[in-house]
Amino acid sequence: MSEFKQTFNSSLGKKLIMALTGLFLCTFLIVHLGGNLLLFRNDDGFGFNLYANFLTHFPPIEVIAYLLYLSILVHALYALILTIKNRKSRPVSYATVNKSPATWSSKNMGLLGSILFLFIVIHMSDFWFAYKYSHKIVYKEYRTDLATDKTTSVAYNPVTPDFEKSVSVENNVEIVRVKDLHARVANSFSNLLYVIFYVIAMFAVSFHLLHGFQSAFRTLGWVHRKYTPIVYSIGTWLFAVIIPIGFAAMPVVYYLQSTGK
Amino acid sequence: MSTGNMNLTLKVWRQKNANIKGAFVTYKAEGISPDMSFLEMLDVVNESLIHKGEEPIHFDHDCREGICGMCSLYINGHPHGPKNAITTCQLHMRTFHDGEIIVIEPWRAAAFPVVKDLAVDRSAFDRIQQAGGFVSVNTGVTVDANEIPIPKVIADEAFNSATCIGCGACVAACKNASAMLFVSAKVTQLGMLPQGQPERYSRVQAMVAQMDAEGFGNCTNTGACEAECPKEIKMTNISRMNNDYFSAKLFREEATHDHAGGE
Repeated sequence: MSEFKQTFNSSLGKKLIMALTGLFLCTFLIVHLGGNLLLFRNDDGFGFNLYANFLTHFPPIEVIAYLLYLSILVHALYALILTIKNRKSRPVSYATVNKSPATWSSKNMGLLGSILFLFIVIHMSDFWFAYKYSHKIVYKEYRTDLATDKTTSVAYNPVTPDFEKSVSVENNVEIVRVKDLHARVANSFSNLLYVIFYVIAMFAVSFHLLHGFQSAFRTLGWVHRKYTPIVYSIGTWLFAVIIPIGFAAMPVVYYLQSTGK
Repeated sequence: MSTGNMNLTLKVWRQKNANIKGAFVTYKAEGISPDMSFLEMLDVVNESLIHKGEEPIHFDHDCREGICGMCSLYINGHPHGPKNAITTCQLHMRTFHDGEIIVIEPWRAAAFPVVKDLAVDRSAFDRIQQAGGFVSVNTGVTVDANEIPIPKVIADEAFNSATCIGCGACVAACKNASAMLFVSAKVTQLGMLPQGQPERYSRVQAMVAQMDAEGFGNCTNTGACEAECPKEIKMTNISRMNNDYFSAKLFREEATHDHAGGE
């Protein structure tokens, strides 16, 4: 046990924890974006609502989800511990501005991370908490004519407040009743301030990962003449460009649609 | 190249000792030749201070040819001044322009307490070295040169790491006052070579433990150290050190026992 403590209380051990939790959170972003692309299907939230129901009711996903929440907390906590230690390591600061060349994102990981933490708290309380633990989410009924494959949707009022989902077939019409998270998303994304906050948070994701992704590999000691450039380009193009743009597109598109109505 | 002498304004950090608060004092440096080194310019200023009966500015220096690692000034926001790959003693006054204001500070780090003015105590580096920066050799007759074959690439890489002069510019430049570039260079220069293998895993653990005990900050891979290092030590060393450290701590039980016995 003391050996274990010694390892993870050392400067390098704490960095290892930051790197591993950080990379785990990066992999989650890919899955999260992939699933949320269902928001762009013009089906009145049918696919998205079923996906949300699946995520909250499939046990393996739930286990990974709690691992994920733990990772977020550990990543933030260790960042705080390391930052406090780093501040203590220079009790008297320089009078002149440090002109040593270093990227802006690498010098502002704490600020970017704080924005992200605030974002995650708001984001999860608005959607995850509201979905799982409140009765604020309304329900929707999707009727698919199995002969023509046409789906229509109407609001649905459940008999019991704990209703989650039901699937039944009547007269060759499939009836799916499910919580309408999509409506809540669409409602949130019709608020301009909310949309602006989301877009700012996605800028923070971009700059945080522009440095963070490749930095994690450096910390782990995976530096190689051939592979490091690949890690850099994945960190830059996938994590700092494609993923943040993908996420930011959701509130922006929904907002524009809401103003067009 | 030089066209007449320069007049400069210096803002110098003056501090009696580690326990007394310091402050900036402004001095005029007049009639400075552009061909002087930065330290020679300070010598001229000190001469005039001595003539006036004032306490001269204290700063570290020794070889004045860029190899000893003693000089240590933080000049206008850069350790060793604004030019790349040189120490303060190799910095010439022609780098500055006539009438410029030059701010001179000591290295700022909890692990490098100010001794006086611009001189800081860097014995933390010595203690890190003593913790593991050595190889064991048998006494007896001198062995033949090149007795152990070493691939050229390895020899070159180890030598690149070994060029670290331990000046502490990496700590001074780092926003976290981290010493990881220094420690990793010292770990790597020995760990890469056959002669350094017996202590390879105990070395990295002992040196990292000492580094932590000295109160240096943690690396965030910003790269300021690499950019400011007068010997251009690469950050790759930090990854190599991490690799050896995690390897020892997580996958080499025998190495951790060795270390536990040594502490």
